[in-house]
Amino acid sequence: MSENTILLEVKDISLNYSGRQILQNISLSISAGEIVTIVGPNGAGKTTLIRALLELLPLEQGTIYKKNKLRIGYVPQKINLDPVLPLTIKRFMTLTNDYSINEIKLVLSETGVKSELNTSIYHLSGGEFQRLMLARALLAKPELLVLDEPVQNVDYLGEAELYRLISDIRKRYQCSVLMISHDLHVVMASTDRVICLDHHICCQGEPCDVSLHPEYVRLFGSSSNLSIYNHHHDHSHEVDGTIHEHNQEHKH
Amino acid sequence: MSLLDDFFIRAIIAGIGIAIIAGPLGCFIVWRRMSYLGDTMAHSSLLGVALGFLLGVDLLFGVFAIAALMALLLFFFQKQKQIASDAILGTLSHASLALGIIVISLMTWVRIDINSYLFGDILSVEMSDIAWIYGGGFVVMAVLLKNWKSLLAITVDQDLAKAEGIAVTRTHLTYLILIAAVIALAIKIIGVLLVTSLLIVPATASRRYSHTPEHVAIGAAILGVVSVILGLMASMEFDLPSGPAIVLIVVSFFFSSFLLPGGNRS
Repeated sequence: MSENTILLEVKDISLNYSGRQILQNISLSISAGEIVTIVGPNGAGKTTLIRALLELLPLEQGTIYKKNKLRIGYVPQKINLDPVLPLTIKRFMTLTNDYSINEIKLVLSETGVKSELNTSIYHLSGGEFQRLMLARALLAKPELLVLDEPVQNVDYLGEAELYRLISDIRKRYQCSVLMISHDLHVVMASTDRVICLDHHICCQGEPCDVSLHPEYVRLFGSSSNLSIYNHHHDHSHEVDGTIHEHNQEHKH
Repeated sequence: MSLLDDFFIRAIIAGIGIAIIAGPLGCFIVWRRMSYLGDTMAHSSLLGVALGFLLGVDLLFGVFAIAALMALLLFFFQKQKQIASDAILGTLSHASLALGIIVISLMTWVRIDINSYLFGDILSVEMSDIAWIYGGGFVVMAVLLKNWKSLLAITVDQDLAKAEGIAVTRTHLTYLILIAAVIALAIKIIGVLLVTSLLIVPATASRRYSHTPEHVAIGAAILGVVSVILGLMASMEFDLPSGPAIVLIVVSFFFSSFLLPGGNRS
């Protein structure tokens, strides 16, 4: 598979929801093998964008191109788990398609799910359930994994571990990954490209460039985490603590 | 009481057929939390009874047509967000029940015992009803089995199911039509006011002893059959209306499922 094969490409998509514009002229593409992360503030339309890409929502305008018979593994942000409906791990894995026990065991071990096949899914911890969702998405041998906040309900250490797992999966399955993250700095090491979204695409590029982009800084502030990365200052500090922006006219 | 009384045997056979279909079908009403929707469809079926008399067609068709119409109405109402869906259900449920009773009471030229449609009347079960229950029931069961996986998938998560290629709207509509069919088939035995209980109570009681959806469904069918037999026997023995007798038996199974040990699986 060539690095440049485009798996998914959208051009100029927009979407309104009861009069409010949620997505505005979004164009992006995902090539084979790359990990693309969408970051953005709450309510920026990240989940809506992903749902639109998966054609779960009707579009107002724009086009979606998908590689012919693209196999997608999808992990939604939240699934409607209700213990009223009993489900074991095994039953949950075969919800829409039949897979053999061996296929199921393989993806469970690849994602580090240790519980038995007959365990009720309601007995899993938040972290193990996220791994189970990931394992489930792998069953289809996806060319593109779409993960909506894959590290939610996972503690800080677990987050880094899950992102490493996602990187490993990308290598093993030679698939692309499109994911949503709330924290650019945790995901930085395991993503190739970042798209910063606030209804429109504010900026995109390699993670360290995006973290310095003025649009990114405007949305997220220059959090303390930033200081651990090398970055070019767009301002300078005086001895007395006042800050001078370089793009302003200074009268010294 | 003689077990060989014809009408009683007919009622038992009809009731067993209903319970076998209602148990598994009712599971999704419970899982999808739509008990009230089932109720609303059932209440509307009295209007279907009236329609059947008016047009001179079998009541079965009248009830099925009205219940299915109600299901479609509710389905499209739920697409809008202005009015809460339980408020819509509450409104339509009572509106259709009231309308049904008014229409029947205005039809002075036919003598209709409203009670027998509200609560079921085993005396009214004829051979043709049994043929309908087993013939129609077979079709309902076949369609349910064919859609079982899709229904389960859209119950767990609609987006996930859709992303994995399940036709969500078609599956949902198919299910609503199946409920309408079962309500139509069950009306004579258990009545419009109580028919939902045969759909939801066995599934709820069976949940406590099951760890997969399929176990719940089979358990619900068995529990329903036992309840129908015991209920009809009680109805015969103590001259009780059949619907309420069946409901009390099935509900007592439901409550005892909390008392018996081992009933806390998840």
